Amino acid sequence: MTLWWIGNAILLLGVLPVVIYLLAGVLKAANSIVPSVNQIATVAAAGSKDLDATALLLTTQDQVRQTLAGVADYGGSLDVILDDAEKE
Amino acid sequence: MPAAGVVTIIAVVLIVLALVYYLVSTIVALRKITDGLDEVIASVGGIVEKSAPVNDVVNDINANLDAAVGALEGLLVKKAGMSDAVGLVDGLYPGAAAQGFRDFPESRELTPPRIAEVYTRGTLTLARLGREAPIAITSPAGPALRDAAYGSAAARTLYAGDRPARSPVIGTDAPVQYEEREDIGKPRRRFARKVFTS
Repeated sequence: MTLWWIGNAILLLGVLPVVIYLLAGVLKAANSIVPSVNQIATVAAAGSKDLDATALLLTTQDQVRQTLAGVADYGGSLDVILDDAEKE
Repeated sequence: MPAAGVVTIIAVVLIVLALVYYLVSTIVALRKITDGLDEVIASVGGIVEKSAPVNDVVNDINANLDAAVGALEGLLVKKAGMSDAVGLVDGLYPGAAAQGFRDFPESRELTPPRIAEVYTRGTLTLARLGREAPIAITSPAGPALRDAAYGSAAARTLYAGDRPARSPVIGTDAPVQYEEREDIGKPRRRFARKVFTS
């Protein structure tokens, strides 16, 4: 009977506090991750939204090609209109 | 049941309750983390998807721009000659001659002459197209040759002293005077009207 009481004491004064301490630590760590994940999600969403304009790069690429075609025509015309430099 | 047995049962129940409370709380927190990570993954996937073609497109744009600048510089060299082309560019953008033309490495070794000739507008436009275009500033081949922030100030450095009140090449007191036509500014000559009869 005495050993039984000793076992109860160990259970209540030793095992239970240790279990609570360990589980509280795990819960605290898990809860501390939540705000960080939410911030990361917000930043990632904002970054994704910022990249919405990258589709316009295709338009820029097309415009650059058209502009260069015009410049090439302009250069060809200049090549015809202007005399070449004299040989030194 | 002895009192010790009751206490044991109570202790076990307390331990189980503590386990249930903390484990359930942990599960809830982990579910929140999972939901947040799902949002992160979706957003990161969007970033990856949207930025995937950027590299190819930008490289293509830069390649086209490099080719255009090379062609324009080549045309300028062809029309103005290497020496004058370097002088023109250096006259427009002082110090640019040190960079030389992209496809003409020998242009870096030339001493740029001071251009004192009146070039056609087309030639000057050609010189500007290769150097002044804002698109050339971001060329990956090297630093911008044009001082974008102080473009007008750079032009003023063409004059060794104070800037004169006249153009250095044209004007009534220009060092080089061009032949004037006598009929300019006078009434147009009219010829006698001829009557043709059949």
